[in-house]
Amino acid sequence: MSFNNLDQLYRQVIMDHYKNPRNRGELDQEDKLIVNMNNPTCGDRIQLQLQVEDEKITDAKFTGEGCSISMSSASMMTDAIKGLSVDEAVRMSHIFSEMMQGDDYDEDNLELGDIEALQGVSKFPARIKCATLAWKAMEKGLKEEDQTKH
Amino acid sequence: MNISDIRKHFPILDQEVNGHPLVYLDSAATSQKPISVIEAIDRYYREYNSNVHRGVHTLGTKATDGYEGAREKVRRFIGAASTEEVIFTRGTTTAINMVAHSYGRANLSEGDEILLTPMEHHANLIPWQQAAKATGAVLKYVPMQPDGTICLEDVKEMITPQTKIVAMAHVSNVLGTINPIKEVAEVVHQQDAILLVDGAQSTPHLSVNVTDLGADFYAFSGHKMVGPTGIGVLYGKKELLENMEPFETGGEMIDFVDYYDASWKELPWKLEAGTPVIAGAIGLGAAIDFLNDIGMENIHAHEEELADYAQQALSEIGDLTIYGPKERAGLVTFNMGDVHPHDVATVLDAEGIAVRAGHHCAQPLMKWLGVSATARASFYLYNTKEEIDALAAGLKKTKEYFGHVF
Repeated sequence: MSFNNLDQLYRQVIMDHYKNPRNRGELDQEDKLIVNMNNPTCGDRIQLQLQVEDEKITDAKFTGEGCSISMSSASMMTDAIKGLSVDEAVRMSHIFSEMMQGDDYDEDNLELGDIEALQGVSKFPARIKCATLAWKAMEKGLKEEDQTKH
Repeated sequence: MNISDIRKHFPILDQEVNGHPLVYLDSAATSQKPISVIEAIDRYYREYNSNVHRGVHTLGTKATDGYEGAREKVRRFIGAASTEEVIFTRGTTTAINMVAHSYGRANLSEGDEILLTPMEHHANLIPWQQAAKATGAVLKYVPMQPDGTICLEDVKEMITPQTKIVAMAHVSNVLGTINPIKEVAEVVHQQDAILLVDGAQSTPHLSVNVTDLGADFYAFSGHKMVGPTGIGVLYGKKELLENMEPFETGGEMIDFVDYYDASWKELPWKLEAGTPVIAGAIGLGAAIDFLNDIGMENIHAHEEELADYAQQALSEIGDLTIYGPKERAGLVTFNMGDVHPHDVATVLDAEGIAVRAGHHCAQPLMKWLGVSATARASFYLYNTKEEIDALAAGLKKTKEYFGHVF
């Protein structure tokens, strides 16, 4: 593997999200949803805060520490899910998961945007869990929200 | 010590990874295995696979001889007085859990103290947290010096009449600190406490004599000392082991069984329930033969040289923080500026260099260091200065690479 392959992993847009994370911080709303998630094997951790109103994600922020892949993925995800319905966000997470497995995926009318830059991670099996941490947190949070309502 | 001859015994080292010769610098996680160990395991399964301590047939006798022969090799290797004091376990983790359960929970009560250090691996930490929760005992920590060493004076100060157990790594898996076990044992025994030593990172690299050190319990793993995974050892002083109730019960460990009660075999078998890891023990025996042929003093001297060389080579790369004392075992733990250690390890891997990145199962120590993770290069008898040069070159490239993308 040469540094050219590394360039597929560390794409410019990923490093930009790592250096200048979007949505880093905490939400002010009192009824926000808070999810904590660790990657126990490596010590990365994230706290995701979501504002869900009428089945729609109206705001999302995160704090945490981890490598460039986990933090840039959190930055991109929080950007992408704002304005989506809960169902759409979960669907996007599934598409992302397929992308990480290296499977073909269908954007399914959802705008992946910057997220597509993370496609190269699928070639680095040891780093897939870094990329999926924030997404797993989001799915866990939405599932818990769903359970408390029903 | 001729390293290129030694390397010929390790077939795995002769390969390319990502288009570069493999540079394996992760032996503190697990070591590679020489042909003699691989063949000893292979021979057992091909030629005399049988259960031990039961049956009268020839293969059974051969397997028992192989298994018990390995126990005698371990006894000599660590300087135990008797094979009754050598218990085969699944590894260091199981060995420490056995002591925390069978000795700890039986002898601890409310207000008793367990003394640890902040540099402990989770395997020598969580079993004590659990024992403390179960008994009402209290955990205390010997403070560490800024360079990651401990002072004997601090140990003396921290041990009180309430201290029942002191548990400490011989060598830190992150900092490389070599703790003064013999001196600590004297202090511990003055207060009638007992000392458990986590020897996972020392037994593969130093000449260890448990009797001379004065350890009451000493635990280590086969796979870090060129042996197979799934086998480890708990050494314990006979009078302590004799008073321990078995952690596990079942086949192999009984003297006589009736409907409502049973009695136990004598040591060491009382503490080895079920069919043991026979092939693993035989493999560990072969590993000890291999290490003895080279000589533990020679191995230690070689690693000291590599550790000095690596500290020098890495300190010439700017932006690198190296953790731990100057006098250390054969490993170097570091961070490179703002670059996360996972990213460092990924770039090094692209160059064929295997290092560990993460919290190294020592999260409280990461907290003490004020970081969430580190990178670690660890050395063994088969590593060379050229490999450390490759690491230094890889780190320079990493720095350039992230300098470029940042």
